[in-house]
Amino acid sequence: MSKNKKEIGLQLKAALLKKFDSSKESVSAKETPFLSEKRQNAIQSFENMGFPSTDLESWKKTNLKNLLEIDYDLNYDSSLETKKSNAIYKCEINQFGTDLYTQLNGRWMGGADGITTYENGTIVASMSHAILAFPEIFEKHYGKYVINERNGLISLNSALFKDGYFIYVPDGVEHNTDLQMVSIIDSKKNIFCNMRNLVLLGENAKLRLVHCDDSLDFQNSFISNVTEINLERGAKLDFYKLQNKDDAAAILTNTFVHQGQDSDFSSNTIVLNGGVVRNDTHVSLNGRGANANVMGLYLMDRKQFVDNHIFISHNVPNCTSTQLFKGIVDDEARAVFNGHTLVQKDAQQTLAFQNNNNIQLTNTSKIDSHPFLEIYADDVKCSHGATVGQLDTTALFYMMQRGICERNAKMLLMVAFVGQIVDRIKIPNLRSSINELVRKRLKGELSSCEQCSIQCAEPDKPIHFEIDMSLL
Amino acid sequence: MLRIKDLHVSINGKEILSGLNLEVNAGEVHAIMGPNGTGKSTLAMVIAGNDKYEVTQGEITYFGKNLLELPIEDRAREGVFLGFQYPVEIPGVSMTNFMRTALDEIRSYRGQESLTAGTYLKYMKEKKALVELNDKLDNRSVNEGFSGGEKKKNEIFQMAMLEPKLAILDETDSGLDIDALRIVANGVTKLRSSENATIVITHYQRLLDYIIPDFVHVIYDGRIVKTGDKSLALELEDKGYDWIKEELKA
Repeated sequence: MSKNKKEIGLQLKAALLKKFDSSKESVSAKETPFLSEKRQNAIQSFENMGFPSTDLESWKKTNLKNLLEIDYDLNYDSSLETKKSNAIYKCEINQFGTDLYTQLNGRWMGGADGITTYENGTIVASMSHAILAFPEIFEKHYGKYVINERNGLISLNSALFKDGYFIYVPDGVEHNTDLQMVSIIDSKKNIFCNMRNLVLLGENAKLRLVHCDDSLDFQNSFISNVTEINLERGAKLDFYKLQNKDDAAAILTNTFVHQGQDSDFSSNTIVLNGGVVRNDTHVSLNGRGANANVMGLYLMDRKQFVDNHIFISHNVPNCTSTQLFKGIVDDEARAVFNGHTLVQKDAQQTLAFQNNNNIQLTNTSKIDSHPFLEIYADDVKCSHGATVGQLDTTALFYMMQRGICERNAKMLLMVAFVGQIVDRIKIPNLRSSINELVRKRLKGELSSCEQCSIQCAEPDKPIHFEIDMSLL
Repeated sequence: MLRIKDLHVSINGKEILSGLNLEVNAGEVHAIMGPNGTGKSTLAMVIAGNDKYEVTQGEITYFGKNLLELPIEDRAREGVFLGFQYPVEIPGVSMTNFMRTALDEIRSYRGQESLTAGTYLKYMKEKKALVELNDKLDNRSVNEGFSGGEKKKNEIFQMAMLEPKLAILDETDSGLDIDALRIVANGVTKLRSSENATIVITHYQRLLDYIIPDFVHVIYDGRIVKTGDKSLALELEDKGYDWIKEELKA
């Protein structure tokens, strides 16, 4: 394994290794030998790899150096806040019609036992509980779908994660209620948080899952999130990710999707705000007839940064995949899109499309778009494209000639531009909420309070948790 | 209503209009004709406020105000309407949303309340009937995939919706078959009143069979070189522009 030439975050790395050693025994005592071993291997791997630096091709544009030099409180224990938080984050309105599960500062808030079993057999649980309650399922899948050669952050996550969500939908079950996982960061300290999720859909199982990342305070937080998803034959997952973080927050997510025959994975990642946002999505199409749609939208301004890395591997014939990302970048913000579709030698009759369209509102903003096809089969249909442009001045003039002010004319054009992504959200209430949020965001009307889904106009009072945001 | 004095306009340093004068009063219809490339569309764009065109000399007043100082949208709100020669396609913006936004902003500028959804729809239906515009276009994106005829009807529909005081129709007749031409022209005629004025820019006399002008102007070399009544248009149709060029040389 090649070492980074210029390793970054050495001090933090040393502190994390020390932290792992000192808490190893107490953690092992509460977990299974299986997981302890995994953690041990992972920390060694992290020690070897270190944090990803810009030396790595795929990390050229994402520089973590400054983030890793922040003084994080590694001894922060979110379980100490449980009592307070249960009182605060009481879900009052739930207009998405979803079943809501909340995590605060990386810790499950879903009640004492942390496990919900539905009548149809579906299990939604805190990861820390699932490890012990469902060791068979956990051990069969955990860590199996992660493909990691260079990224020490993923190893670190495997070594240190405390919690996350565990979702299991049995064979043949079409889970009717949409699930919503909300992860909130609310801390007076700079926290460094590793969360681990596992989403397992049995044969012909169906699920719609909404994952929201929000933050409340303006402290520096570093969130590393690893999600493993397995879709058995004919399973179908709609996965929506909404990221609405404050400017001091860094969120790095890695999603690994393993797809069986005729399975269908669709994801839509909407980034409304965030200091440093990095989303890696890694999809393996392993069964004939599998389909993956990986879509996303980012609206960045000020000095925000977003990097979406998509890797889709067509390993067998007759699979289809689409990547569609759109973004609007303002002020001095930067956006990176890196879409890589790999078509293996035997993956004949692959259909694969990539597209990334950007609107650059200022000269000082920056967009890097790299759609990339790597094809080893000869009977395939693949295309890719990327655009970076400005708003159409002819259209602006036309609208203004009808009495529409410049601001609203621009707004109409921007909303039209992002519509292609937002319109694909299949949960109607979520779609209309996101539509409203996007409008507000583009108008610059998301106040610091509204930037998160929890609208705490009066922070000293108990916060009512309104997840739907339709009041905007 | 509109007074243009000694107007000089350049685009990319090249002078297109060189000392144009024109006066338009309420209730009048003016036709502007002339060979290609003599500045007809430039005049329309300058009145509408397109900032690609630079006014280097002269003035335009509109109801006594300095029109050139008004932003594009305020000119529209004050009642200036341009029917585009090439209506712009705006993918993703629906006709309904577009017109609703425009109407709301204009009404708010004029101190009127915005229409309720019901009133708005009724109003829109009424105006669409005027140009026999298909209902299906409401939910389509502005001009996207519209036929040539639909685009031009759509311009007149928008004009009907916004009730301008001064409408400038830039080659609204180009690309229209005879039926569409009749529909468009009848729409314009129905919107005529003693309160408003229309400037029709056209190449062909045939439009003026339907929209009867009070004045016909010929632009040549960036100026109005001849003004007459509707018979001038017939004469141009018959003889072309060469005799005017000859007259100018003489």
